[in-house]
Amino acid sequence: MAEQTIKFYQVGSFAVGNRLVDPQQRTVQSDRGRWNSLTSGHRACQGCGQALGARYVLDAAMAATDGQMIVVNATGCLVAFSTQFPESSWRVPWIHSVFGNAAAVGTGIAAALKTAGDTKTRVVVVAGDGGGVDIGFGCLSGMFERDDDCLFVCYDNEAYMNTGVQRSGATPAAARTATTEAVGREPGNAFGKGKSLPLLAVAHGIPYVATATVADLHDLEAKVGRAMDLRGARYLHVLVPCPLGWGTAPEDTIRIARLACETGLFPLFEAAYGEILQATPIRHLVPVEAYLRPQRRFAHLFGDPPRTEDISRIQGIADRNIRRFGLLGTDEDGEQR
Amino acid sequence: MFQVRFHGRGGQGVVTAAELLAVAAFNDGRHAQAFPSFGAERSGAPVASFCRISEREIRTRAPIDEPDALVIQDATLLHELGLFSGLRPQGYVVVNTAKTLEELGVAGIAKDLPANHVLSLRATEIAIAHLGRPLPNAVMLGGLAALTGVVSLAAVVAAIEERFSGAMRDGNVAAVIEAFNQTRVGPEALVAHQISQRRTVGASPD
Amino acid sequence: MLRQIEGSRAVAEAVALCRPRVVCAYPISPQTHIIEGVGTLVKSGRLKPCEFINVESEFAAISVLIGASATGARTYTATSSQGLLYMTEAVFNAAGLGLPIVMTVANRAVGAPVNSWNDHSDAMALRDAGWVQLFAETNQHAVDLHIQAFRLAEELSLPVMVCMDGFTLTHAVERVEIPTQEQVDRFLPPFEPRLLLDPADPVSIGGVVGPEAYAEVRYLAQARHLGALARIPELADDFGRLVGRQSGGLVSSYRCEDAETIVVALGSIVGTTKDVVDQMREEGTKIGVVHLTTFRPFPETALAEALEDAHRVVVIEKALAAGSRGILGADIDALVTNRGTRTFTVVAGLGGRAITERSLRRVFGEAIRGELGVVSFLDLDRDAVDRELARMAANLGTPPSVGRVFDDLRTPTARIV
Repeated sequence: MAEQTIKFYQVGSFAVGNRLVDPQQRTVQSDRGRWNSLTSGHRACQGCGQALGARYVLDAAMAATDGQMIVVNATGCLVAFSTQFPESSWRVPWIHSVFGNAAAVGTGIAAALKTAGDTKTRVVVVAGDGGGVDIGFGCLSGMFERDDDCLFVCYDNEAYMNTGVQRSGATPAAARTATTEAVGREPGNAFGKGKSLPLLAVAHGIPYVATATVADLHDLEAKVGRAMDLRGARYLHVLVPCPLGWGTAPEDTIRIARLACETGLFPLFEAAYGEILQATPIRHLVPVEAYLRPQRRFAHLFGDPPRTEDISRIQGIADRNIRRFGLLGTDEDGEQR
Repeated sequence: MFQVRFHGRGGQGVVTAAELLAVAAFNDGRHAQAFPSFGAERSGAPVASFCRISEREIRTRAPIDEPDALVIQDATLLHELGLFSGLRPQGYVVVNTAKTLEELGVAGIAKDLPANHVLSLRATEIAIAHLGRPLPNAVMLGGLAALTGVVSLAAVVAAIEERFSGAMRDGNVAAVIEAFNQTRVGPEALVAHQISQRRTVGASPD
Repeated sequence: MLRQIEGSRAVAEAVALCRPRVVCAYPISPQTHIIEGVGTLVKSGRLKPCEFINVESEFAAISVLIGASATGARTYTATSSQGLLYMTEAVFNAAGLGLPIVMTVANRAVGAPVNSWNDHSDAMALRDAGWVQLFAETNQHAVDLHIQAFRLAEELSLPVMVCMDGFTLTHAVERVEIPTQEQVDRFLPPFEPRLLLDPADPVSIGGVVGPEAYAEVRYLAQARHLGALARIPELADDFGRLVGRQSGGLVSSYRCEDAETIVVALGSIVGTTKDVVDQMREEGTKIGVVHLTTFRPFPETALAEALEDAHRVVVIEKALAAGSRGILGADIDALVTNRGTRTFTVVAGLGGRAITERSLRRVFGEAIRGELGVVSFLDLDRDAVDRELARMAANLGTPPSVGRVFDDLRTPTARIV
């Protein structure tokens, strides 16, 4: 009988430690001996996507670098919930400077290591969307332009969460935040604003850019591994739902992240040197409503009467992504879906 | 202390001239301080630079209000307000021009100064002859050295050699020596002649 | 080796002798020659190993150094004015984290209005950031202070700002003795970081400190900062024995032994003042000048001692506390007022206006005769400002017009040097 590799998708369970999977293909997280770079005891909210994402990414990076890693962290929730003096949840060398300079601090660490002749220790810079897209963008762009040897990871929860959910350059259209309240003629965040930091990273022509979410651990870890195989400026953008800021149930964090991908609103792709190399096809396309409804930050779209035009516009954003990144693959005739 | 004020237009190397003079004084074993006026020096705008020379440490940083010598690199500045302000009664003036002071309309200056304290030097022409370009700044130092004796020619030559290289160096050295010769007569001129002879033959200077 | 070179280049040479491993460059007048000088020394291979990084802003410059310093590298940059202020957040951060970064500030006025000439507004704006602040009187002093700064910074785990007057010092070509590499290596051992990012021994640097501990952390930082007061004179002595010249320390006095009037100032103006002091001494006036080499930490005791017997103190300052009085003047007044000594603050040289010997003589004379106000402005065009103030009073609320002030100035262009 011919051997056949079978892919298993465990629907509804999301278990990361799948005993049916070949040990080589298991995730770093499923290993009892995993690093726990960000260990337990921190003060994140229940269901925090960033706490999950941080551990996923950094443990994978530690595995890839054999534990030789230094982490820089921009101001934000991650700093605030992990280092309340006199405690720290970090089991790796870690530094927090100020809000907007994490990329530059990373540049400095990489430079110091270089002059010390240390080629093994690697630098990972982590920031939220504020620290990446907005206030941190100048230093990030400089790091990209100089091709400094750092991996910059942006945990995107689409608003300034640490300070009470204010709008950032990554906040999606129509989302309610404290500075884009769901009131007035156009409730929530305005349409037609905002920036895509992943695409900006691609435009800098750096060696590696990828997007990922906390919903697909294998994909996330593989991307971290690929990034750490390379030298120079690399960028990883991870969607991390925030139950508090998004108004979702804590147990829904991973499900919501998956929905973001399956609507097309959050494309998963990899790029290098300015070219998009591949995008992960959507397995089960869902309309954006399925994603928006469970989130209270979009509740005003579903009032009486519902704001069908806004929902339509959001669907338009998803459709554009699908076309642009080829997220539905091609049909039998070779046409893009 | 001997204080020199240089006047020219932006782009004419007025700052370099002051610096070269300071290095020359240093080469002669004296203290010197050179600094520019810090206007928004765009090419063509009037600029000034300063150089103090002294046997002792120079501590003051005030602008030179009462210069002992004026070096005027661009004759079109002669009618600038305040150009000659503060010039000491026994002061010197070196003007870059092929004309006479009468032709320039500034004969009056010479009247108030001691005889042989005012020099019209064809620095631009000399520079063109040796450098191929109208860069009179270093050349003027040859005239200043001959006129005032505040620095030796050898020191000026050494300063030029330290600052420039290749054709710029050789051209400026030759030009400075010629300017010096034209100005001075007597033993120093003989020394100058010897220096210029050594150059022509290609030997290194003192 | 004795050289006749531009101040900026002298500082670049001195910095290179200190073997920094990471240097950041972002251009701003009038420091640019310094950083260009260091860059050329790196590129030509004279300074190595050294990463010379062209960053995208001053904020990035200091931030890159924060990362590098925390990873065990000796670090350096230079800036002025707007650039220094742009870094502000990270400047405070560096001091709070205790990183021994050395930075040259080529002192320059701060806008608005934009002005690229020398005064002390920039350094003064950041006097409370927790950095040690040293002021150079001459380019020789600047060379010597930079070398001492690296050692001081690393011993105390505190960043050090070496201030030198922009243009007046940076662009002056004068005589300096540059120490040898061997001398500097003897004075400045390799950097041994107290705080180090090292996978072999992980630490968390820069976490949150709440109300229950913040005050103690700040108090300890203050104590460390004040510790510089004892260490600075010792380092100056060490350095002096090495190079054979006294350079550095907290304060230095010139002809103050029997002085009734003592002038206090920071930076290059002291040189000009010394010449004026000599002239006035010749005429029998008992006058002297004190230079504050160390402004932060503020050397209260040394200064009080230096001013002990003065009847009056004239503070020349190139800065102003907006909405208040002088800065140095206020500090000194607090120090001497209980002895009955009068302090006169003379604000001079703002925005690079030349300070002449004549004007200094005049203002010292006025102080001696009691004709000077508590705070006065040297060589201010009183007529122009009075006219404008009268106009403002008449048209209530009209902001001052820079244009109108220029119209009124007696000379067509202000003399600037």
